[in-house]
Amino acid sequence: MTSLTGTGTLIRLILRRDRVLMPIWMLCMALLPMGLASGTASLYPTDAGRQGYIDSLAASPIMLLFYGQKPAEPSLGALIFWRAATGIVIMGLIGLLVVIRHTRVEEEAGRRELLGSAVVGRHAALAAAVLTVSGASLVVGVLVALGMISQQTPAPGAFAMGLAWAFAGILYAAIGALAAQLTTGAGAARGIAGALLGLDFILRGTGDVAAGGLSWLAWATPLSWVYKVHAYTDDRWWLFALTAAVALVLVLAALRLSARRDVGAGLLPPRLGPAAAPASLRSPFGLAWRLHRGSLTGWTIGLGVVGGVLFGGVAKTASSLLEGNGQLTEIMERIGGKSVASDIFIGGSMGIAAIAVAAYGISAALRMRTEEAALRSEPVLSAGVGRLRWAAGHLAFALLGPTVVMAVTGLVAGLMYGASTGDVGREVPRVIGAALVQMPAVWLLTGLTVAAYGLLPRLSPAVGWVALSVCVLLGQIGAALQLDQIVLDVSPFTHIPHLPGPADVPVTPLLVLTVLAAGLTAAGLAALRRRDIPVT
Amino acid sequence: MDNAISVVGLTKSFGQAKALDGLDLTVARGEVHGFLGPNGAGKTTTIRILLGLLRADGGTATLLGGDPWRDAVALHRRLAYVPGDVTLWPNLSGGEVIDLLGRLRGGLNAQKRKDLLERFDLDPRKKGRAYSKGNRQKVGLIAALASDVELLLLDEPTSGLDPLMEEVFRQVVAEETRNGRTVLLSSHILSEVEALCDRVSIIRLGRTVETGTLAELRHLTRTHITAELATPPNGLAQLPGVHDLKADGSTVRFQVDQAELDAVLRQLTTHGVRSLVSQPPTLEELFLRHYETESQR
Ligand SMILES: Nc1ncnc2c1ncn2[C@@H]1O[C@H](COP(=O)(O)OP(=O)(O)OP(=O)(O)O)[C@@H](O)[C@H]1O
Ligand SMILES: [Mg+2]
Repeated sequence: MTSLTGTGTLIRLILRRDRVLMPIWMLCMALLPMGLASGTASLYPTDAGRQGYIDSLAASPIMLLFYGQKPAEPSLGALIFWRAATGIVIMGLIGLLVVIRHTRVEEEAGRRELLGSAVVGRHAALAAAVLTVSGASLVVGVLVALGMISQQTPAPGAFAMGLAWAFAGILYAAIGALAAQLTTGAGAARGIAGALLGLDFILRGTGDVAAGGLSWLAWATPLSWVYKVHAYTDDRWWLFALTAAVALVLVLAALRLSARRDVGAGLLPPRLGPAAAPASLRSPFGLAWRLHRGSLTGWTIGLGVVGGVLFGGVAKTASSLLEGNGQLTEIMERIGGKSVASDIFIGGSMGIAAIAVAAYGISAALRMRTEEAALRSEPVLSAGVGRLRWAAGHLAFALLGPTVVMAVTGLVAGLMYGASTGDVGREVPRVIGAALVQMPAVWLLTGLTVAAYGLLPRLSPAVGWVALSVCVLLGQIGAALQLDQIVLDVSPFTHIPHLPGPADVPVTPLLVLTVLAAGLTAAGLAALRRRDIPVT
Repeated sequence: MDNAISVVGLTKSFGQAKALDGLDLTVARGEVHGFLGPNGAGKTTTIRILLGLLRADGGTATLLGGDPWRDAVALHRRLAYVPGDVTLWPNLSGGEVIDLLGRLRGGLNAQKRKDLLERFDLDPRKKGRAYSKGNRQKVGLIAALASDVELLLLDEPTSGLDPLMEEVFRQVVAEETRNGRTVLLSSHILSEVEALCDRVSIIRLGRTVETGTLAELRHLTRTHITAELATPPNGLAQLPGVHDLKADGSTVRFQVDQAELDAVLRQLTTHGVRSLVSQPPTLEELFLRHYETESQR
């Protein structure tokens, strides 16, 4: 197999380059279920307590959407496998991101060419990336299993759970490898693979929520099989063979595609553009529009329209489920204040949308960093454009883009929900309000990223994404881990008032968050004015 | 104010590493000034400071009568810059980039744009990624040369251009200077420097080691002499200014400093010169001498 010559060397290169990042995400993923298990075990020590907890959670369609069908028995292991299912999606996300980072990103930067001219087989780069990520996923799987065993859960179930997480990583490493063959840009490849992950998640979730007629959807996609392993209850090992087969086919397809195309090229031939610039392309803002419009459109359709339809569409069913469940309503009231069930559901789903939109805001702000590192800010900044004007173009999209997406999400969800209750006029403004009230928290994360970009440009991507991950973790499992309120307060989303609901909205937290966001943005811009460009 | 650029004692460090260590540079208005030095000497760093992108640690820099850091935006309207590695936006066509950069600077000369596209033989409809290295460089060149600006800052602008395009570049720059434009040209292509530059500055390790016209610099180098003599060349090697003398029977080869040429030739003729070949110093030697570090010498 001369086409694989050099794979070992390339694997070492990947491990060397990721020697900090990889151990961090591996450790985080490995500790997550263990921490959750220990927290849950002390909160719900008995089977009866856990059954009540499971039932109360499973009553909410949002929970079914996230975690899949509830476990058949209330053992600690089964509960954690179910409750920590977000980890499956995160493993998939990491798998696709890391593979694309070491394939298409390298090609786009021209570094792959450098390697390709050394004694390196045609398939080596792709194989090295997939093998490394698969290996790392398996190590995570073993660590997850050991962590679960340490919490006194049965070993077979622990290993089934660990393997389920590992295979999510491996499956999406393969999908990332395939997506990396299709496009010339790494961003587009991430978009394709990420969209598939989102679709995979939504299809399985819809199947699990809808039960009845659409329940076959819960089995329709490869990622759903990982959920259906049902560690600790069924331990369906044979599903791993199925997932592995799919991953193998995908990798082989990616290898074939990569062998048939040129280094640096995608599958689609590049199209010609206009010979002269349109009138709109005459300012830093015009340029920013060209650079951001694709992602703005994608987020508006993907989250705003599709997400809005989903959230608004199930709101009525969801709230009737909530109403029948006293214990859950009690829990929800504790989090969300006294409101009617439908309001709790709408508020909760807008909170989820806000997390996604914050990811968009952070990535739009980090576009400045990408431009600088690729030396594309230089020509603009030496053509009579001040640094603040240049940054303002990007910030317009980083701050207002997420606002537009949230507004559309609220509008669409409001229309859908209003249509189901027969009172569009009342629901649309209420749901839009519930969507937009999240914005100060979103802006705060964007502002933090901008501050990092000005002050610590090299670290800014890490700062932005770590901050978002912390918010996600605190929001998802902070309460289950019995963390102090002081810790939960770190996340700006903790301070967002729950809408729709009470007529008198507490404006103070919103104002404080907005002022903080503005202050962080200003600090970042002030630092940007003073520092060297480019910092590479 | 007749200097377009005047830099005195410029220093700049990146962490521990000193990139500039007291650099001096003076570029008169209307001249093409060659900016030379080995890799890592600090040429790009100097140009980025002149563009107000980097902030100098010490020393002074004046550009078109202004402060490059404080007056950056106003100065940029009067200059154009071509980096050594032009990077383009993947989703913008070459023509769009040329127009965008020109418009940002306050408009570009449509006639010139058209001419330059033709002369550089560039298809402006391709998208950023689809251009070859040389063609990307042409996009940067056309964007800079199509604007009517006072000063051109060119940092290895022809890296990747084929000889034909290199020739076009030389013609265009020559025309620009006839129109009174000032050019700072950093380059590793000595024939390009020889063809275009009125004066050059050579820098090494962040410091200026030589400045002057090419003729002046030539003075600082050595002539190669090969002579066939009637009598053995005793004592020749000891003369001041004679280097690397090798005697091979009646033939001697040596190098002599330009300043001592007259005295050495006088001595040589006393040995009965039968034949004499003298080679003037080449530009390569001139530069190599300055580029070499102490240890290499
Ligand atoms: N952003 C940076 N961070 C750290 N060191 C830098 C940075 N930019 C330049 N340097 C260092 O400063 C020195 C001068 O670099 P510079 O790019 O100015 O050289 P140059 O003369 O343009 O070289 P070349 O001919 O290779 O283009 C080098 O030693 C380089 O490594
Ligand atoms: Mg350079």
